[in-house]
Amino acid sequence: MSAPVTTLIPTRSIQPGFWHRWLRKPLGVASAVFLLLVIIACALAPLISPYSPYQQDLADVLSLPSATHWLGTDALGRDVLSRLLFGGPVTLFGVLQAVAVLIVISVPVGLIAGYFGGWTDRAVNGITDIVLALPTIIIVLAVLAVFGTNMSAAMITLGILGSAGVIRVVRSAVLSVRNELYVSAAYVSGATSWRILLRHVLPRVAGPIIVQAALFAAIALAVQTGLAFLSLGIVPPEPSWGGMVGEAAVVIEQFPWLLVPSGGLIALTILAFGLIGDSVRDAAVEGWSRRAGTTMNWIQAASRGRAATAPSVPDTAVLRVEDLDVSFGDTKVLDGVSLELQRGEVLGVVGESGSGKTVTALSLLGLLPPGARISSGAIRLEGADITGYGERQFAAIRGSKIAMVFQEPMVSLDPSFRVGDQIAEVVRRHARVSRAESRRRAITLLEKVRLPEPAEVARRYPHEISGGMAQRICIALSLAGDPTVLVADEPTTALDVTVQAEILDLLRSLQSEMGMSVILVSHDWGVIAEICDRAVVMYAGQVVESGPVGDLISNPAHPYTSALLESDPARSIGLPELPTIPGSVPTPREWPHGCHFQPRCARATAECALPIPMFRAEEDRSFRCIHPVGDRTPQEVGR
Amino acid sequence: MLRLVLHRLLLSIPLILVASAVTFLLTALVPGDAARAILGLNASPEAYQALRESMGLDLPLWQQYVNYMAGLFQGSFGTSLSTGEPVATMLGQRLPVTLSLVVLSTIVCALVGILLGTVSAIRGGFLGRAVDVLSLAGLALPNFWIALVLVALLAVGLRAFPATGYVPLETSPGLWLWALTLPVIAISLGGIATVSKQTRDSMLDVLDRDYIRTLRATGLTQGAIVWKHGLRNAAIPVMTVLGLVFVSLLSGSVFAEVVFVLPGLGLQAVAATRQHDVAVIEGIAIVFTVIVIVANLIIDLLYGWLNPKVRVR
Repeated sequence: MSAPVTTLIPTRSIQPGFWHRWLRKPLGVASAVFLLLVIIACALAPLISPYSPYQQDLADVLSLPSATHWLGTDALGRDVLSRLLFGGPVTLFGVLQAVAVLIVISVPVGLIAGYFGGWTDRAVNGITDIVLALPTIIIVLAVLAVFGTNMSAAMITLGILGSAGVIRVVRSAVLSVRNELYVSAAYVSGATSWRILLRHVLPRVAGPIIVQAALFAAIALAVQTGLAFLSLGIVPPEPSWGGMVGEAAVVIEQFPWLLVPSGGLIALTILAFGLIGDSVRDAAVEGWSRRAGTTMNWIQAASRGRAATAPSVPDTAVLRVEDLDVSFGDTKVLDGVSLELQRGEVLGVVGESGSGKTVTALSLLGLLPPGARISSGAIRLEGADITGYGERQFAAIRGSKIAMVFQEPMVSLDPSFRVGDQIAEVVRRHARVSRAESRRRAITLLEKVRLPEPAEVARRYPHEISGGMAQRICIALSLAGDPTVLVADEPTTALDVTVQAEILDLLRSLQSEMGMSVILVSHDWGVIAEICDRAVVMYAGQVVESGPVGDLISNPAHPYTSALLESDPARSIGLPELPTIPGSVPTPREWPHGCHFQPRCARATAECALPIPMFRAEEDRSFRCIHPVGDRTPQEVGR
Repeated sequence: MLRLVLHRLLLSIPLILVASAVTFLLTALVPGDAARAILGLNASPEAYQALRESMGLDLPLWQQYVNYMAGLFQGSFGTSLSTGEPVATMLGQRLPVTLSLVVLSTIVCALVGILLGTVSAIRGGFLGRAVDVLSLAGLALPNFWIALVLVALLAVGLRAFPATGYVPLETSPGLWLWALTLPVIAISLGGIATVSKQTRDSMLDVLDRDYIRTLRATGLTQGAIVWKHGLRNAAIPVMTVLGLVFVSLLSGSVFAEVVFVLPGLGLQAVAATRQHDVAVIEGIAIVFTVIVIVANLIIDLLYGWLNPKVRVR
C-alpha cells in the first residue's frame, strides 16, 4: 500500500533543482555572500577591529577616511569602522529576534489555517485583517514607552505584528499544495495530519516562507536602525548602525561624510535581504513554469515604418496580397501567400487551425504579435503598398480603410468603459464631430447592427452584455470609421449556433448596404458557403486553392480541399462515421519540402517533394497541386 | 459597492477596539502608574492616593478599560501624563501636520509612480532599468537617512529649502508646500518605487489583452490607447497597492517629522515615548488606526469608481 504512495512524494525539499537554480542567480548569491561577510566581521569585531568603539581622540575629530582611520572619525574622534563593527551585533541581533518571532508565529498558524480550513481559517483571517490595519510603528513606540530602552521588546513586537501578512502568504501556499495528489495519497495511506504537514506540506511551502522572511528582515532592519536613530532602545554611547546615523545628523552641517558609512552599510544590508528574497522567489517560480524570455509588447516592437513607400498604382482589386512571407524569429509561418479582394466582394479564407489564416488577417492591419515580421512580399490596399507601414501609419488607415472583427467578442471590449462611449470615441477619431454628435452616431451604429433599444445598450458595460450582443457591438465598433475593407476573423466561432446565423446575416446585409469588401476567415465550410463569393483554402502557411465558392465546394481540385470538405460534419450526415484526414497540420518547423500536404496525401508521389507552384485553371480557379482531384490532368493546367 | 463600504465600516469597529485594547493593556504594564508619573516620586502618599482615586486607577483593570472606552466615545482621550493637558487637544493641533505630509506624499507616490511605471512599460530598455534601480534604491534606503541626505544637500548645502519647521496651509499655501517638499520626497521614494513597479506590471499585462488589439484595429492612436484605456484598466490593481503604500507612508511620517522637526503626531509620539507618556501614545495609536480606516474607505471608493464590475454590486 505504501510503496506506490512514496513514489508520488517529492523527496527533495522545496522542488528538485531549486538550490541549483538559485546558485545561478548572481545578485542573490552575491547578496548572501555579502551578508555572511558582514555577520562574520561583526562577530569577530573584538578581534579584528582596529580600535575600541569608545576610544576617543579629540585631536582627530571629524576626519575623512585615511590610512589610520579607514572610514574616518566621528565628532568625538572615535573610529567609524570600529563602531560599525561593534554596532553590528546589536543591530543584526534585533533583526534576528524579529524574524525568529515572525517565523515561530506565522509558519504554524499559516500551516494550520491553510490545512484545516473551516472556522480555524476564518478566525485566523479575521485576526490578521485587524492586525494588518494596526499602526505598527506607533504600537512599537508604545512598547518602548512602557519598557523603556528595551530594543528586544520592540523587535519582538514588530515580529508579532509582521506575522499577520506572512500568515496569509503561508496559508495560501498551503492551500495550493493541499489538494495535490501526493498529499491526498499520504492522507489515504493513513498518515496523521501532523505528519503530512511536517513531512509533505512544509517542504513545499518553504520557498514562500524564505522569501517572506528575507523581505521582512529588510523591514526589521529599517525599523531597528530607525529606532536606534531616534536613540530609542539603545543608549547613545553604545554603538549601533542607526545610532551612528543619529550621531552624524548632529554634525550634518560641518561634516556630511559621516552619513555615508553608516547609511551605506544599512542600505546595502537591506538591499541584500531584499535581493535574497527576490532571487529565491525567482528560482522557485522558474521551477514551476519556464517563462519565455521576451517581455516585449507591441509598442516596443512597433517599427517606425519606411519613410518612402512605393507609389500607388491603379488596381481593380481593393486589396492585393502578393507572395507574403511572415516569420516568427527564424521560423516561417506564412509561405508565399497571395490573394486578392475585389470591390464589394466577400472573400472567404478557410483552413484548419495552424493553417496561417489568422496570421494572414492580422498582417493586413499591421497587428502581427511582437516577434513576428513580414520577411518578404507585399500588401497593397487600394493600390498603396502598406507592407512597410509603422504603427503610426497603420493607425491612420485602421478603422477608416481597413477594419477588423475578432473571434472572442466577450474579451474584445474594454471592460472599464460603457460600450456607447467606446464607439463614440472611435467615431470622433474618424470624424470631426462634437461629443454629443458622436454619441448620437454611436447609437445609430448600434441600431445598424440590429440591437434592440440601442440607447439603453450604449449605457451598459461589457460585463453586462451577452456574447452575441458583444459581437454586434464589436461590428459596430469596426464600422465606426466607415471602412472600405472589413476583415472578420472567425466572427461566429465563439457564439451559440442560433446567434451565428444572425451575425452572418448581419455581416452580409451590412456589406451590401455599405458597399464594403469583406474578408471572412473561418474553419467552417457552412459559414463560407453561406456568405462568401470566392474563397481561398489555406494549409500549413500556404494558399493551396482558390476559386468561386460554389465551384470550389462542388468540384475541388486540391486533395486537401477535397479531404477538408469530406470531413465537414454538415456534409457527412447519414454517413456511418465522420471521415477525417489522417495525421495533423504540421507545425511551421515541421513543414516538409515541396507540397506541405504530401505526408497526409493519398496521391503523393516523389515529385511532390519538389517546389509546387500555383497553377491557374478554368474560370478563375487556381491550385497548388500536380496531382489534382477530378478529371483535370496535369496537361490541362497552365501556369 | 455599498456592501464593500459597509464591510469596511463593520470591520473598523473591532479594529478600533483592538487598537485601544492593545495599547491600554500596555499601559497597565508600566511600572508605577499614571498618578506616580504626574506627581513624581516625592509626592506624599495621601496626595498620591487621592489622585489615584480621582483618576480611577484604583478600579479593576477591566473597569478602567470600560471607563476609557466610554471616554473615547465622548471624544476624550484622557490626559497626558507628562503635561496634564487633555490628549484630544494635543492631538487635534498636530493632526493637520501629519495629514498634510501623508496625503501630499500619497498623491506624489500615485502620480509619479503611475507616470514612471507607464512610461517604462511602453519604452522598456533604459527607462525600464532606471525604474528597477529606483525601486531598489527606494526600498533599500531608510527614509530617515534619505531625509538627512536631503537636508545636507538641499537645505544646508544649497539653502534651497528650509531644513526644519512647518507653516500651516491656511497661513500660506506656498510656504506650506515649500516646508513640506523635502519631507515628502524623503518618505515618498519607497512608495514611488512600489507604485511604479505595480503600474508597469499591470500595464504590460493590460497592453497584451484582446480589447487593446480591438482598439488598435479601430485606428485609435497609441497615446489614446495607452493613456486612456491602458491606464484606466492598469490602475485597478495599483489602487490596492496604494492602500499599502499609504500605511507605510504613515510609518515614514514619524521619522520625517523628527528629522524636519514638523510638529505632527509622529514627533509627538517619539517625544511621548521618551517621556513614557503612554496616554498620549494610546491616543495616537487610535488616531492612526482611524486614519488607516478612512484611507482604505477612500481607496475602496476609488477602486469602485475605476472598476465597473465592483460598482454595480
